[in-house]
Amino acid sequence: MKPAPFELARPATLAEAARRLREGDGMARAMAGGQSLVPMLNLRLAPVDCIVDLGRIAELREVRAEAGSVTFGACVTHAAIEDGLAHDPTGGLMRRIAGGIAYRAVRNRGTLGGSLALSDPSAEWVSLMMALDATIGIAGVDGEREVPAREFTLGAYTTALAEDEILATVRVPVLGPDARHGSFKMCRKTGEFAQSLAMAVSDPGLHYARVVVGATEGAPVVMERAAEAMRRAGGQAWSAAAEERVREAAAADLAGAGLDQDAFAADMHAASAVAAIREAVRR
Amino acid sequence: METMDITLRINGEPVRARVEPRTSLADFVRERCRRTGTHLGCEHGVCGACTVEIDGAIARSCIALAACCEGAEIRTIEGFDDDPVMRIVREAFRDTHGLQCGFCTPGMLITVRDMLLRDRAGDARRIRVELSGNLCRCTGYAGIVRAVELAAQRLAQERANGTVVTRAAGRAMSGEG
Repeated sequence: MKPAPFELARPATLAEAARRLREGDGMARAMAGGQSLVPMLNLRLAPVDCIVDLGRIAELREVRAEAGSVTFGACVTHAAIEDGLAHDPTGGLMRRIAGGIAYRAVRNRGTLGGSLALSDPSAEWVSLMMALDATIGIAGVDGEREVPAREFTLGAYTTALAEDEILATVRVPVLGPDARHGSFKMCRKTGEFAQSLAMAVSDPGLHYARVVVGATEGAPVVMERAAEAMRRAGGQAWSAAAEERVREAAAADLAGAGLDQDAFAADMHAASAVAAIREAVRR
Repeated sequence: METMDITLRINGEPVRARVEPRTSLADFVRERCRRTGTHLGCEHGVCGACTVEIDGAIARSCIALAACCEGAEIRTIEGFDDDPVMRIVREAFRDTHGLQCGFCTPGMLITVRDMLLRDRAGDARRIRVELSGNLCRCTGYAGIVRAVELAAQRLAQERANGTVVTRAAGRAMSGEG
């Protein structure tokens, strides 16, 4: 349970960090809070020659509120979001989700950007940032670029990041005053990664509705039919019939997602989506 | 083997040492600093036995690299001997069978003290949720939950009496990494 030897770089700037990653030639890994990477090193699951610790890069811990959005530095911790020390553009949704990640001792060090960069399909932020239509800011030796969260996570532990790129920022749109949201996490032990996970965000003022189911075997699924069903269910009394329509829409989305899932997983993920949507729209 | 020089504080004492990058903070405090109150159970961030404070925030020392704690203030269980809230927590654990073998206890105590300072020890269900990252294989947790309830009561009483004055747990807006 001890890691194999590796070299540790502790750069003070993003440019230096990106340079170290490039020099690592595929065997260097960026580390934010290390709450997933160090366990993987301890278990010798992650072969690396060099860890590039991002912890000394001050700009990665900044939070900037701008017109219409809040930009989080990648190294803002789950606990900072949980405690409301960072702006929450989502009217409490991000705070609530942050508080449900793992355990406090992990949330104090684990980061928003680290979670997204790893892109464990069961991780809350991966699904939530898709549901919120967040934008991922990426820094590299050759400059910066932006990718919508929806196009950032490509599969389980697979992202749009090149080997020498660093996830630097996460820009989250500010939800309107009429926005509603719901979430559901199914796991067998409190604090564990989810077996199923759903996020539903509805912002009628911006004509925005998105439902995302995570903890599938691949990238989270953006559910178009379920989002439309949520939109229709909004503003009306929640009924058994409305719930059934939402369930059918979610099941159709899952069936069309190209997942290799059995009937149990399909039912579980559909149930998660229904629970999140119900919370979002029920009066 | 590449090594790095680090300077940090363990329980208020400055420590300078040369470490391998792969050395965990847990191994560093146990084997280099001889503070063996920090226990290692799973060594991959699951069991909570190795919980310490890094710059005032609880953390798992088995998945923190010592070399990344340059300049940090580390507080292990030994560093809480004179802490007024930890005294209350310790006594409550003793009074309610909050431990048997004691292996998980250092991590439990540090976690519970943090929980109390953040006012998160509400009802028994809340306590169980907050404690879910600390595993105990002896007690079945019932005694530990009672200990937290008792400690919360006693802390509230002592605060009311003015016999213990605590500030809210101070944390930077974001920790390292």
